Amino acid sequence: MAVQFSQDTMNKVQEIIARYPEGKQKSALLPILHLAQESFGGWLSVETMDYVASILNLTKIEVYEVATFYSMYNTKPVGKYVFEVCQTGPCMIEGSDEIINYIKDKLNIGVGETTQDGLFTLKTVECLGACGYAPMMQLGKHYKEHLTKEKIDTIIEECSKSASVNN
Amino acid sequence: MSIKLLLDKVHVEGIRTYEVYKREGGYRAAEKALKTMSPDAIVEEVKKSGLRGRGGAGFPTGLKWSFLAKPEGIPRHLVCNADESEPGTFKDRYLMEFIPHLLIEGLLIASYALGSNNTYIYIRGEYAWIVDILEQAIQEAKNNGWLGKNILGTGFDCNIYVQRGAGAYICGEETALIESLEGKRGNPRIKPPFPAVQGLWNRPTVVNNVETIAAVVPIINITGEEYAKIGVGRSTGTKLISACGNINKPGVYEIDMTISVEEFIYSDEWCGGIKNGKRLKACIPGGSSVPILPANLLLKTAKGETRYMNYESLNDGGFVSGSMMGSGGFIVLDEDQCIVKHTATLAHFYRHESCGQCSPCREGTSWMDKIFQRLEKGQGKMSDIDLLWHIQYNIDGNTICPLGDAAAWPVAAAIRHFRDEFEWHITHAAEAQTRNFGLAHYADPLPVVQ
Repeated sequence: MAVQFSQDTMNKVQEIIARYPEGKQKSALLPILHLAQESFGGWLSVETMDYVASILNLTKIEVYEVATFYSMYNTKPVGKYVFEVCQTGPCMIEGSDEIINYIKDKLNIGVGETTQDGLFTLKTVECLGACGYAPMMQLGKHYKEHLTKEKIDTIIEECSKSASVNN
Repeated sequence: MSIKLLLDKVHVEGIRTYEVYKREGGYRAAEKALKTMSPDAIVEEVKKSGLRGRGGAGFPTGLKWSFLAKPEGIPRHLVCNADESEPGTFKDRYLMEFIPHLLIEGLLIASYALGSNNTYIYIRGEYAWIVDILEQAIQEAKNNGWLGKNILGTGFDCNIYVQRGAGAYICGEETALIESLEGKRGNPRIKPPFPAVQGLWNRPTVVNNVETIAAVVPIINITGEEYAKIGVGRSTGTKLISACGNINKPGVYEIDMTISVEEFIYSDEWCGGIKNGKRLKACIPGGSSVPILPANLLLKTAKGETRYMNYESLNDGGFVSGSMMGSGGFIVLDEDQCIVKHTATLAHFYRHESCGQCSPCREGTSWMDKIFQRLEKGQGKMSDIDLLWHIQYNIDGNTICPLGDAAAWPVAAAIRHFRDEFEWHITHAAEAQTRNFGLAHYADPLPVVQ
């Protein structure tokens, strides 16, 4: 099936483009790549990027070079839940290494890998601006802060439960 | 007694909503500015206040505003830099999350002063939930006549839009931010031309940090002259400090820049002392880019004078024995922390965040990261220390934007002040895998403060 935004999303796209002066629709590229990633499985395939290029009347390379520059765009498939654990100084002080190792063991995956059931991906990221609430990770739209092993257990459990309900 | 100008109302229940913010005196400054002041008078007021950019560079805001070119018939733009990404810094997030209307009100006043009819907030992509909070606040402001067309019958039109970044520290640099806002990779531009002349879509543009814009509200309320009386010397007004690391009370604090570093760390009003009764080893007082200082140089200057939490005092001694106020990201390390390991995470950070445009930064950050990994694995050589020193020296000042400097400084300061710890890592490679160097001989001369 061809990549295609829903009508609702398309309206949102038009609303975003209208924020910029005429002819400057390229400015909408970052927000629309976010919408595309949310709409098409959490990552940007070449087909998706080409689709975004066609909407904004850009060359394909203009989209590829942006999609590969910013770390929040996934250019490879990821799991349904992506654990993005901060490992920069202030989180390291508060034990982010242990948290990362615990997740690795618990999910039996390495950093950058996805569990076989396609549910979880583990990524390490650089400072997310939650240094006072370390260790922390991003999960979807929100931050999970003051992480402990017990909290990780709960988060994994909740994700698994929510995934099985939605299936 | 602490003076609060930005966070005085942050704990009022419901302050995130327009109704409560307005009830608590919100939008008074906007009304005063738009109804009784000319745009130039606002710029003058900000000049008088002595307000300096709160993003890190500390450049006088009024002066920056006065540089804005005003060619006939070309729109101008105000862009708010909410790309807060400097490790240790989480103050803008706090402000936007809990008192968003303060930013919106500040943006309205600044937009009026600068003649920006379309103003953009560029927020780091990870703060996704804050985008909703800001958009809600913008909608409320619009519904109440503070945004849109002909605001308060003045004939001034203003729209504010929130643009999400997508995970790139470099976009906190103003020209990279502008590139990103134009839908491109965040590669900083060569200056000149400065954004004040050719910025967003080649139009005159001012880029200001969130806290800077928020500070405009109290400046208009109490006047620039009164604002300038708070603080000391050229460190006027209040500053938000985000404190983290091994302290009892991590969080965001508003200080008036007259308190000493020691008071800030040990007083219960602020950080509440070092956690678990440990001793202070070192501190990065202004975000990861600024030089780390060992406890003795942090609390007192090289001349033996008390060091204060303001721009001048933190910089006393330059980079030889001082540091910087920077973004106000205050990272405290206790006696159990390893300086080599901590600096290694920062070296890794800068390697990841280098945009790759300039070779000294692209290659240099990569080499520094690799050498730090080697040291961490216990495979370091004594010559690595000088090698690191030379690499940082060759990055510093040799790149288009300050990211190169930001990557060089932490490494330089770590070696300058903790060279013996680096040496120990190499001479005691196996031991360094299981324990830290601790305080050793440069130790904190102060006893544990309970």
